[in-house]
Amino acid sequence: MKHTLAVLVENRPGVLTHISGLISRRAFNIESIAAGYTEEPDTTRITIVVEGNEVEQEQVVNQLSKLVDVIKICDLTAVESIHRELALIKVKASVETRADIINIVDIFRAKIVDVNRETMVIELSGHETKIDALCKMLEVDHGIIEIVRTGKIALARGPIPAKDQ
Amino acid sequence: MIMTGAEAIIESLKNESVDVVFGYPGGAVLTLYDALYQADFRHILTKHEQGAVHAADGYARATGKVGVVIATSGPGAANLVTGIATAYMDSIPLVAITGQVAVSLIGRDSFQEADIRGITTPITKHNYLVKKVEDLPRVLKEAFYIARTGRPGPVVVDVAKDVFAATVDYQYPQEVKLRGYHPLFAGKSETIDQVFEELRLAKKPLIFVGGGVNLSNSAEALRTLVDQTGFPVISSLMGLGCLASDHPQFLGMVGMHGTYAANMATTECDLLLGIGVRFDDRVTGLLSEFAKKAKVVHFDIDPAEINKNVMSHLRVVGDLNWSIPALLERIKDISGELKEQARSWTEHVLTWQREQPLTYEQDTELVMPQAIIEKISQLTQGEAVIVTDVGQHQMWVAQYYGFKNSRSLLTSGGLGTMGYGLPAALGAQCGLPDRQVILFVGDGGIMMNCQELATAANYNFPVKVLIFNNQTLGMVAQWQRMFYGGRYSHTGLKGNTDFVKLAEAMGVTGLRVTKPEELDRVLKEALATPGPVVVDIRTPETVDLLPMVPAGARLDQMILGGS
Repeated sequence: MKHTLAVLVENRPGVLTHISGLISRRAFNIESIAAGYTEEPDTTRITIVVEGNEVEQEQVVNQLSKLVDVIKICDLTAVESIHRELALIKVKASVETRADIINIVDIFRAKIVDVNRETMVIELSGHETKIDALCKMLEVDHGIIEIVRTGKIALARGPIPAKDQ
Repeated sequence: MIMTGAEAIIESLKNESVDVVFGYPGGAVLTLYDALYQADFRHILTKHEQGAVHAADGYARATGKVGVVIATSGPGAANLVTGIATAYMDSIPLVAITGQVAVSLIGRDSFQEADIRGITTPITKHNYLVKKVEDLPRVLKEAFYIARTGRPGPVVVDVAKDVFAATVDYQYPQEVKLRGYHPLFAGKSETIDQVFEELRLAKKPLIFVGGGVNLSNSAEALRTLVDQTGFPVISSLMGLGCLASDHPQFLGMVGMHGTYAANMATTECDLLLGIGVRFDDRVTGLLSEFAKKAKVVHFDIDPAEINKNVMSHLRVVGDLNWSIPALLERIKDISGELKEQARSWTEHVLTWQREQPLTYEQDTELVMPQAIIEKISQLTQGEAVIVTDVGQHQMWVAQYYGFKNSRSLLTSGGLGTMGYGLPAALGAQCGLPDRQVILFVGDGGIMMNCQELATAANYNFPVKVLIFNNQTLGMVAQWQRMFYGGRYSHTGLKGNTDFVKLAEAMGVTGLRVTKPEELDRVLKEALATPGPVVVDIRTPETVDLLPMVPAGARLDQMILGGS
């Protein structure tokens, strides 16, 4: 099964190298990894989606915890939480097909963020399955030129931050 | 106090009670070497950076202190890699200080630039690149703290060249503040209660000791546990010495080249207490069949070791200096019961020990490698600090030397690094000048770092180097004999190297043994000769190391052999 881990780390050079190095050395199965600053300037938060059974998942957590720069790891799989991914999709769009694309974009509650005579760029955030579905629609009927996805980020519901859990 | 970065490093070493460093100078560390010179700090100059790092490792294993090694940027630092990986696999506390090119040159493929931080990331407990002199005192404080505490390990501190010369208002931090590093001492006391319950239920208990006992200096407590329970004991390679090899409950080493009794006891036991072990594949054989009838209780300081290889029924996570005494306290009133409960099992495993002891061919005109080790064991009364290289001789030492003390076997167990032995022996001798240090090494391994014989001579480290010269890469040749149809692809070492002359050329006494009747006299002469001595001992080419569990087989599927 998939586990979503919130990993709080020191915001220092080399930390991502340590984490990605460990993942590759231990041959962990990582589906996505997304990092960014947090409310505390000296802390970076990394969301890792890892595929594996309970034992494998425990190894990932224990091995990551051993890294000196890892402050805290919180498994958001078991707790009520919000999961999102952001995608930018560049799709072929001629004068004739534009209206249909706008329709699809509306249905998915996505946004058009750029348009020219040949293409459109669509922004969508949501569950990865929703992004997959939109991509499929656009690919089949219109043709996708390129896609960029951030990887999943996640936040627990309720008042308690991950660092205090 | 205002000083340079280089001086700040020396001050920090003093603050950490470091009394010796091993190293090799070069461009990026010139300023640091100038400071060493001016401070008259004790420095052992090896002939190769790899020698320096293994020496620092041997020093750390023998003394329990943090070993310190210094190397220059690029090739100097890269030459440390094997030694750092060796220390990492065996959890040895090391601090490696490497020079890096100047800050302005980093990332430009400058002369003698290598990203040693990137290179060593998978083989260090932690590493640093210091680009600002103000960071140096804190980083060094953290480096020593991280290397020494919890599960020990190597830490690399890479320092940009200009940082050594820059000035800083030096103040060594009193304490370490690391948000993500809190080594554990005491674990959960209820886990001890659970172990206690399992002990009462066990009919066939077995204690399995590993390197963690030696590393944590908890051998005394372990010995009490062994005496209080009366349980039989097996050991990994790294655990040897924490219980005397001639202890009546000791069955010997377990695993690929373990004893019959140790491997059978592991297969048959119903409770396995793994203490400071990591269930390496050389120990377990076929993992799915390992100790299948047993409940496994795993004592370790590193939570990531639990369920890494062998699934445990109970975990006791914490320092062995907490867990073993806590368990002793819990069982002190039922010691007699425990002994009674395990009596018939213990007698049974000791029968295995008597019926299938380690044996080798005695009736021969040749000097048998096992006989050399038995002779040294007898001459040193098991009191020497024994260092090995890697291969057949290493396993024979594990089988035949009668260890008496904790930390008395220094060997590259996890990484299996050929070339480790000689420099590690020098480091051990440097740390323990009054102890007899004996190196067992093959004719393959000695050539991997033979340049360090010159270091032995320069510093007059009285290490006794016993070369098992069988003119072949014995362990690999054995596998070729057993599993590759006897096709000896590049394992023949027949050449013209004269180890006696090699020793003499480096300023070391050289002796030779070619016949069994010379062994006693020459070994006694070697031990009695002051300073370093090399003994070139001609041993037979095709002696198989047995018992042997073929890779991937069950522990009870041993090839026993012997005469």
